[in-house]
Amino acid sequence: MDFEISDKSLEPEVYRKALEDPAYGGFVTFEGWVRDFNENKPVTHLEYEAYFALAEREALRILQEAREKFGVKKVKCVHRVGDLAIGEIAVWVGAAGVHRGEAFKACEYIIDELKVRVPIWKKEHYVDGNSGWVECHECKKHVHASHHHKH
Amino acid sequence: MKKVTIQYFAVLKDMIGKPEEEFETNAAKVSDLFTEICEVYKMEMPQAQLRVAVNDDFCEWDALIHTGDKIVFIPPVSGG
Repeated sequence: MDFEISDKSLEPEVYRKALEDPAYGGFVTFEGWVRDFNENKPVTHLEYEAYFALAEREALRILQEAREKFGVKKVKCVHRVGDLAIGEIAVWVGAAGVHRGEAFKACEYIIDELKVRVPIWKKEHYVDGNSGWVECHECKKHVHASHHHKH
Repeated sequence: MKKVTIQYFAVLKDMIGKPEEEFETNAAKVSDLFTEICEVYKMEMPQAQLRVAVNDDFCEWDALIHTGDKIVFIPPVSGG
């Protein structure tokens, strides 16, 4: 599956292998790491929740768009759910193409689109004992992007 | 009355206190259903901040509701 949701630690070496091919000269990956700070507040851990069926549907659409827009051949994205410690990988994106140009562009496109479109939510747990669901500031700017969906 | 399933995630799940429920409604459109849910749970949540999905795909707020539909109100996403 080109898009996976996992409740265990991500395995970049495994995903990379799925994209290897002697025909491709460029391979670009992105990893989202859990940081220890957000908006001046120290974080103890993160929690991710997903609406699985729609997250998969929308993420697969994004991956297909990346292939069509940039001409990359192979793309893959894996997202964690559950509790994540500081330093863990929350999301992995890989793009492999004949040349590096399309691989760089596709990788960036995929993570940028995922962050505003895919129904996955992050809850931050703070050192002071509070916690809160993170608001997607990009989404607020787009007034929740109904223009992304023309059927 | 139409019988629908509503699933809640993230901040909505916290506010309503459950991940899912079977709900009976006379609402014609998903926007009407959302208004009804806000009244039932005494919730203030601007519709403009949310998206909505019916039967596992995004739809517009004026989409019609049918018995058996699964509806999900989608809070601002924050994946990645």
